[in-house]
Amino acid sequence: MALFTRAPKAEPILGQNRVIAHVLALLTWLIGLLFFFPLFWLVLNGFKDELDANSSPKLFFDPTLDRFSEVTEDTTGLLSFTEAFGNSFWIVLISTILVMALAIPAAYALAIRPMRKWRDVLFFFISTKFLPIVGAIMPLWIIARDLDLLNTRAVLIILYTAMNLPLAVWMLRSFFAEVPNELIEAAQIDGCSLMGQIRQVILPIVAPGLAATALLCVIFAWNEYFLAVQLNPVEGSTMPVWVASQESGRGNFLAKLSAASVLATLPVVIAGWVAQKRMIRGLAMGAIK
Amino acid sequence: MAEVRYEAASRIYPGTEIPAVNALDLDIADGELLVLVGPSGSGKSTALRMLAGLETVNKGSIFINDVDVTLKPPQDRDIAMVFQNYALYPSMTVAENMGFALKQAGVSKEQRRAQVVEAARILDLEPYLDRKPKNLSGGQRQRVAMGRAIVRSPQVFLMDEPLSNLDAKLRVQTRTELADLQARLGVTMVYVTHDQVEAMTMGHRVAVLKDGLLQQVDTPRELYRRPANLFVAGFIGSPAMNLITVPVVDGAAQLGGLSVPLPDDVRAEVARRGLDEIIFGARPEHLALADVGASGEVAVVEELGSEAYIHVRVVHGQETEDVVVRVGGETAVKRGDQVSFGIAGATHFFDPGGDRLDGE
Ligand SMILES: Nc1ncnc2c1ncn2[C@@H]1O[C@H](COP(=O)(O)OP(=O)(O)OP(=O)(O)O)[C@@H](O)[C@H]1O
Ligand SMILES: [Mg+2]
Repeated sequence: MALFTRAPKAEPILGQNRVIAHVLALLTWLIGLLFFFPLFWLVLNGFKDELDANSSPKLFFDPTLDRFSEVTEDTTGLLSFTEAFGNSFWIVLISTILVMALAIPAAYALAIRPMRKWRDVLFFFISTKFLPIVGAIMPLWIIARDLDLLNTRAVLIILYTAMNLPLAVWMLRSFFAEVPNELIEAAQIDGCSLMGQIRQVILPIVAPGLAATALLCVIFAWNEYFLAVQLNPVEGSTMPVWVASQESGRGNFLAKLSAASVLATLPVVIAGWVAQKRMIRGLAMGAIK
Repeated sequence: MAEVRYEAASRIYPGTEIPAVNALDLDIADGELLVLVGPSGSGKSTALRMLAGLETVNKGSIFINDVDVTLKPPQDRDIAMVFQNYALYPSMTVAENMGFALKQAGVSKEQRRAQVVEAARILDLEPYLDRKPKNLSGGQRQRVAMGRAIVRSPQVFLMDEPLSNLDAKLRVQTRTELADLQARLGVTMVYVTHDQVEAMTMGHRVAVLKDGLLQQVDTPRELYRRPANLFVAGFIGSPAMNLITVPVVDGAAQLGGLSVPLPDDVRAEVARRGLDEIIFGARPEHLALADVGASGEVAVVEELGSEAYIHVRVVHGQETEDVVVRVGGETAVKRGDQVSFGIAGATHFFDPGGDRLDGE
């Protein structure tokens, strides 16, 4: 959980260490900017016209929203922004709900009522991620075809659920394991049923953990491209496929692609930003001891 | 209100051989405050948790009010428990914590509120009802845990070292309040502690456990007066009883110049079993400085103001033994002095196996 605790305020530093501290701070900023720069450039490019975007790097230009309206325009026969957004929204939402619905009981069992060999079970969950997805795409495609699931939203919901489940079980298990056993015992003694214990005692304590886990599932599902492009590349597809569809064989497309990328990134960034605030507050509020 | 009965109840933790609680037989009367005491790892918590239904009873049975609850889950036993770290629900307010059990039982909201407020009044918690546990002091949390227990008027109160997280002064104060509360409510209470002073001051009766075995259960006074074995003798009483292995010569225990004649029944038992060594026990307060008796050099003086405990290094056969003797606060004794002491009160005699020698 240390991941989400705020760093303590830096102590004032004395003497010559101060110089070093300043150098380090500068370096940190530089490295930070280095990481941030491509994103910055991406956003910038989204507001340019193709000519500006494709000419030598240009910091000053006439910002325009034209690219955004271009990419969000509906063109018949092509995956539209609204469609892709809607598809992504539902696929991500449903798969994340499914993941949580399956992972919470699993994590409860593994953390709070571990049976013999629970470690092996946990290992099994993560072992399903050992196989690179490329290695599994062929059989997945065939199964999807045989089940008439190709080019459906359902296939992505199923696969994203399966993809995120091991991670969610692992994360939730470690959050659940931090719930003091006495609390559950106290709830039992207070006459609380099993469901009551989970709903009224455990979940409020692990709520920040649930939020963190759900957020990760959302991000992974939202950004998933490979499965989407292989199994569902047409109308029923998702935002990443839509972004990629902005590449075109003729003419420049860098600014359009940038604008599309910005639109695809925005929801996740906002969700992450909101969730992060809540998670920090939740963790501070739900302090167990 | 309820009686509790353990019948040869044992708990063997999975993967262990030796029972953590071994064939415990214990009767607890209605309205009694019984204290389970013993050193760390003696099985006190386990015994309590067996009664709560949190620990499987592997052998034997447990009855509450003559109903066999051995296989019942905690929910069905109508007990309340206060945990060592209080186990307050962090996401609920004090009032919600205290009303939680009532809510589970389907008590109406108004009724719940009334009962919670009543319990809060008893425990001086009224100003804190809307706070979260983390915004309370240790003592207040302890009271909330108490409140959570009393709100529902359970059959039996179980307490596992509920005072051990409090500072010394608050602990003494709360201990009195707790005993008082128990008496007022007239509820049966099983109280676990490792602190023998707490056990003696609070318990109507005290059950002493060691290695999962019940050593003795009796009133504090009887435990003090007639410890059943060496372990209880050494465990109960502060400072601890002097326990010294001594030879028996002519029906008297010999301790470095002091000859303690054995009582008749002890002497008969010693003769019957042909013992030539026994363990002699005397509490510091039952020894006194005297002109004749065992003598030795004062090794340590523990000054308490009203009284002092002096450790007298007595040469005894091949060995030396430190014997602690209580003296009045005004007695002028200092380290290095040569003193003698004699018996000035009760004496105890145990066989080398540790059992009390004068009858059962
Ligand atoms: N879950 C467990 N699994 C295996 N052994 C256990 C378990 N819980 C307790 N024990 C063992 O059972 C014995 C009794 O433990 P218990 O907790 O009842 O002691 P206690 O008298 O309450 O001690 P303390 O004063 O330290 O709380 C100990 O030897 C302990 O190691
Ligand atoms: Mg214990």
